[in-house]
Amino acid sequence: MRLSRRTRLASVALVAAASLTLTACGGDSGDDSSSSDQVITVDGSEPQNPLVPSSTNETGGGNVIDELYAGLVAYKADGSTVNEVADSIESEDNKTWTVKLKDWEFSDGSKVTADSFVKAWSYGAFIDNAQLNAYFYYPIAGTNDEGNSETPELSGLKVVDDKTFTITLKQAEADFPARLGYSAFFPLPDAAFGSDGKVTKEFGENPITNGPYKMDGEGAWEHDTQIRLVPNENYDGERKPENGGLTFKFYTDLDAAYTDVQAGNLDVLKSVPDSALTTFESDENVQAISEPGSVFQSFTIPQSMPGFGSDEEGKLRRQAISLAINREEITDKIFNGTRTPAKDFSSPLMPGFNEKIEGSEILSFDPAKAKQLWAQADEIKKFSGKFQIGYNGDGGHQAWVDAVSNQLKNNLGIQASGKSYPTFDELRKDVTDRTIRIAFRTGWQPDYPSIYNYLAPVYGTGAGSNDGDYSNKQFDDLINQAAGAQDEDERYKLYSDAQAVLMQDLPAIPTWYTNIAAAAAKGVNNVEFNWQNLPEYHKLTK
Amino acid sequence: MWWYVGKRLLQTIPVILGATFIIYALVFLRPGDPIAGLFGEKPVNEGVKAQIEAQYNLDKPFLVQWLLFLKGAVTGDFGNSYTGRPVMELVQQAFPVTITLALMALAIEMVLGIVAGTIAGLRRGGLFDSTMLVTSLVVIAVPIFVFGFVLQLIFGVKLGWVSPTVGGDWSVSKLILPAFVLGLVSFAYVLRLTRTSVAENLSTDHVRTARAKGLSERQVVKNHVLRNSLIPVVTFLGVDLGALMAGAVVTESIFNIPGVGNLAYNAIKRGENPTVVSVVTIMVLVYVLASLLVDLLYAWLDPRIRYA
Repeated sequence: MRLSRRTRLASVALVAAASLTLTACGGDSGDDSSSSDQVITVDGSEPQNPLVPSSTNETGGGNVIDELYAGLVAYKADGSTVNEVADSIESEDNKTWTVKLKDWEFSDGSKVTADSFVKAWSYGAFIDNAQLNAYFYYPIAGTNDEGNSETPELSGLKVVDDKTFTITLKQAEADFPARLGYSAFFPLPDAAFGSDGKVTKEFGENPITNGPYKMDGEGAWEHDTQIRLVPNENYDGERKPENGGLTFKFYTDLDAAYTDVQAGNLDVLKSVPDSALTTFESDENVQAISEPGSVFQSFTIPQSMPGFGSDEEGKLRRQAISLAINREEITDKIFNGTRTPAKDFSSPLMPGFNEKIEGSEILSFDPAKAKQLWAQADEIKKFSGKFQIGYNGDGGHQAWVDAVSNQLKNNLGIQASGKSYPTFDELRKDVTDRTIRIAFRTGWQPDYPSIYNYLAPVYGTGAGSNDGDYSNKQFDDLINQAAGAQDEDERYKLYSDAQAVLMQDLPAIPTWYTNIAAAAAKGVNNVEFNWQNLPEYHKLTK
Repeated sequence: MWWYVGKRLLQTIPVILGATFIIYALVFLRPGDPIAGLFGEKPVNEGVKAQIEAQYNLDKPFLVQWLLFLKGAVTGDFGNSYTGRPVMELVQQAFPVTITLALMALAIEMVLGIVAGTIAGLRRGGLFDSTMLVTSLVVIAVPIFVFGFVLQLIFGVKLGWVSPTVGGDWSVSKLILPAFVLGLVSFAYVLRLTRTSVAENLSTDHVRTARAKGLSERQVVKNHVLRNSLIPVVTFLGVDLGALMAGAVVTESIFNIPGVGNLAYNAIKRGENPTVVSVVTIMVLVYVLASLLVDLLYAWLDPRIRYA
């Protein structure tokens, strides 16, 4: 998941996330030759980093990179994975993976070889290069918990020949290939590296790539204005462009972008501004798109919070809090139906989603039971103090935090309120330093389409994004078993079992899923959204 | 007079030093951790973090950071933003559009405000005067973004006369609507200042003398009333140029103009000291130069004022 505090969307969305993963993919329209030569304009924001996959972790650059590069696998709109540059990715023990490549070329005609991948990943992981996306290499042997390696060559990667290389993991992981469509795993051509072994500035400005699109020549990136992409004729994968190019127009404010869609100056806006949420579906000037999305929202109650520890008292209190929240009312009244009440800890868009997880009735509204559980907890130990939810004030969260606080106040008879942090990084600082002693807003957008990605990094003992320091051996065991399970149904079952544990412990209180609320200008066709809440850019025509 | 100008310019040096110091301190004291912010929710390796902090001098004490910035600034190097682009490049890109916008707004408010204000002042109590008073009251009372969105909707979306947003490839014609919106509030002030001032001057001795000499009404107004009435207006306009540039944030975001306001706003959010301080330093320069210009204009408008 990614930080997207630059775009308001993101801030709205959550903590963060804006995904960068491969956007697209998909369709079987590879040989469809009816592509028009119309260039499609879509909204974006000025990339905060060079257009190098390992250094870009925000949406502005991420969305562009996903269209410029192609990885070993690509994601289809529904979240399933297909081989892209990889001819095969195989393993006998789920630990050492052998990758064989197809015959592909970069846009300048140079070959995509095993070296293109191994060098790019090693570069991204090497600590001296300080790449923002290094975290994604953490499953590979030779990296530390933050995904960094101490050596310029990543020891988990071995080139066998021009078209073959092996990846050794720290531990077995059955759906590891599903990670490989993420941008951190894209290849780089030799031309990217300067004589000092670093990716050059010029390359970051105007990269040579192997994806569906390439840069429209020198100066295609007009800073603070737009980036122009044109179809890459050397690309022969799943995401063959059906339009004559893509132009990412930069906006600092979504309202301005929405106005441009209304006036027909912008073809697709991936996220409608708050001000238009109640009206965009009846707006005659635009095509409205509203459907469930993959962003999971919650608030985390840290285990260190007094009265909310991992003992019986803490469990009761967490359950009472969850039962005291009327999710339907909030999604309806405050979000105008642009959120869907949560049924689990992942998203309905994920393969293997189960809406009837054991114990999930804890997510429905039941004030009487909530009161009773709270009273039980009070018998163990009296609760004194205030229940607070921390949130970043720059992301439009105040309304729902206030609503939740009021419901807790009314239904449990306790003192509850929101606590606003001015900016996203101020909230994150308190969270990462573990100085926060109150509940706080959290959210997750998947890096790759797997329930595993919603669970292991967030609730696994000692996991990187386990901000509440939750730890449960039973959960860890189930999730590890799932990681090693070959059979899909068995894996999905284990995900459900693991979530059943979470339903009891409630390390975070699930609130809702963020819906996709997008708009397209009249006359734009094939507006289809994928599991990353992004349009399938290559399919757009007009 | 040149001695006076030179003295005033010398005074800007301590002003700029003080301003950069205060701004640097403010951004420095801003809570949060900009580097952790760069990584979002992903864990960051301590070594990597230290490396990036060293790159931006964030590991050094506050005073050292500030002195390093000053040292660079003197040699024309304002450092890099967290995006890796030189701050100078960002500033060079953002300032022309904001300056154009501010000057256009200034021109609009000046012409409309002085003309309407003079007429209103001459016909005090008349229909035009009352209409203008009510109009200016409304303009001052309603927040600027309301006008921005409404005019954008009417002229950009419904009527389609102008492009609703400006974007990076701006032109003077695209900036007319945003400049009008930006200048609206000041227009109301200029109008009211001019009106009162003209009305007051109409009853002064020298105007009565001019009339008694048999000068035409036109000459009386132009040479004797207006010239004297403009002193408070010019004072306001001079200070307003700086205010327009700094206050353009709202207008810039409504019309998607990649100018100084947006640059500063985003830099503050990211805790990007070099960018914030550079932008503010230039703003301070604009203020200082504008107020110098105003002082010089006084002498031209009122020959009794002399600078030696």
